[in-house]
Amino acid sequence: MSAAFWIVLGLVVLLVAWLIWAFNRLVKYRNRVDEGWSQIDVQLRRRYDLIPNLVSAVQGYAAHERETFESVTRARAQAEGASSVAGQADAENAVTSGLRQLLAVAENYPDLKANTNFLALQEELTGTESKIAYARQYYNEQVRMLNTAIQSFPSSVLASTFHFGAREFFDIEDAARGPVQVDFKGS
Amino acid sequence: MHEEIARNKRKTFLLLFLAVLFTGLIGYVIGYFFLSGSAGVVIAVILAIVLSFGSFLYGDKMVLASTRAKKVTPQQEPRLHNIVEGLAIAAGIPKPTVYVIPEMAPNAFATGRDPEHSSIAVTQGLLDTMNRVELEGVIGHELSHVLDRDILVGTVVATVVGAAVLMSEIFMRSWFWGGGRGRRDSSGGDTAGALALVLFAVGIVLLIIAPLAGQLIKLSVSRNREYLADAQGVLLTRYPPGLISALEKIAVAPQAMHAANNATAHLWLNQPSRIPGEQTSSMEKMFSTHPPIQDRIKRLQEM
Repeated sequence: MSAAFWIVLGLVVLLVAWLIWAFNRLVKYRNRVDEGWSQIDVQLRRRYDLIPNLVSAVQGYAAHERETFESVTRARAQAEGASSVAGQADAENAVTSGLRQLLAVAENYPDLKANTNFLALQEELTGTESKIAYARQYYNEQVRMLNTAIQSFPSSVLASTFHFGAREFFDIEDAARGPVQVDFKGS
Repeated sequence: MHEEIARNKRKTFLLLFLAVLFTGLIGYVIGYFFLSGSAGVVIAVILAIVLSFGSFLYGDKMVLASTRAKKVTPQQEPRLHNIVEGLAIAAGIPKPTVYVIPEMAPNAFATGRDPEHSSIAVTQGLLDTMNRVELEGVIGHELSHVLDRDILVGTVVATVVGAAVLMSEIFMRSWFWGGGRGRRDSSGGDTAGALALVLFAVGIVLLIIAPLAGQLIKLSVSRNREYLADAQGVLLTRYPPGLISALEKIAVAPQAMHAANNATAHLWLNQPSRIPGEQTSSMEKMFSTHPPIQDRIKRLQEM
């Protein structure tokens, strides 16, 4: 065997090894993006479940604030029906601002603010809001890694051959970022 | 984040390998004078492996029991549970088990061999004095230790270094009571005997220095990892002022820590102390598991 043969063979082996590594890396990133998205979904769903409870808790003290209750409930229904990443993000912004209004209403009722059931719901909501934010942070980080791998050469060739598509970031407008401020325990 | 974890995993194995090697060397030195050469190494390495495997499996339970930490449910501590779960999501790891320690000094630690088997414990004092963002800062720091497998490194290295200390102590005692091949060899009085005597002296010095050197290396690794965990924790919470104000509160907290002892000192958020107040002399710095709290605050402020 000539030296050239061995060199070519070596290069082929290296190429195949790289292909396997690069392909597996793309699969790993794609799975993490999916995992991140399902985590966001879990948290959003938890927030949807909280909304009726929160509405009925506030309703007991402030029955006449019907407009606020309706807008939150409407936003929730819309968010649950959203299909695209961008559509979901828009609908969630509406839910967040609706919840803010609801909590602003609650501010005016000292009895409500002292209700232990309401306080527990409020902690649940604050916790869920921040979990949504953290899930979004994780998801966007994974999307960034996947998209970088898909767009940069030479893994871009592999990505287009095996149909790895770039994913959308889950963007929430600045005003809706971070947990809703419901901290009035003074701590 | 995940790439960093993979790198840390490799570093962990390297460190473990070095620790076992270190213990093996001590065992060899002992064996050279005390037993027939290779038996010492074998005993030392087996001891190191058994001990590190034991602490690998049961270290977290031992630490939790020694601090009297109690497991709490989400119903008992909703705020703490929400924060831990949220940050675990951000880090992309399973939620650690949550414990509360009945102590009034504000402090916290994380333990467990890997992110799948991890626990976070905070003192009652921490829950009472910190607001939500401060608590998030603290939990972010602890979760970074989980991500980096610092706990595993700390526990196992401590155990292995401990084995070296134990062996050199046993050796010193046996030698003192009159055993040892070195002594018998040196009684010959010719050049071979003189050489054996020199080797013997070197061995003794090595045995005295080794545990101390091992301890100092462990401490400096521990201090550097604290800065890293501060930085990584802030990367998770995206809010440095939270951790800064938590550290400021801890720096001025007047309560002493009852569960404080040297064996677990490196695990805590800040070095637990029986006497409250900042340690500042350079000697104290060298023997500290944590960097001075003011230095940590300064670094966070510069980020």
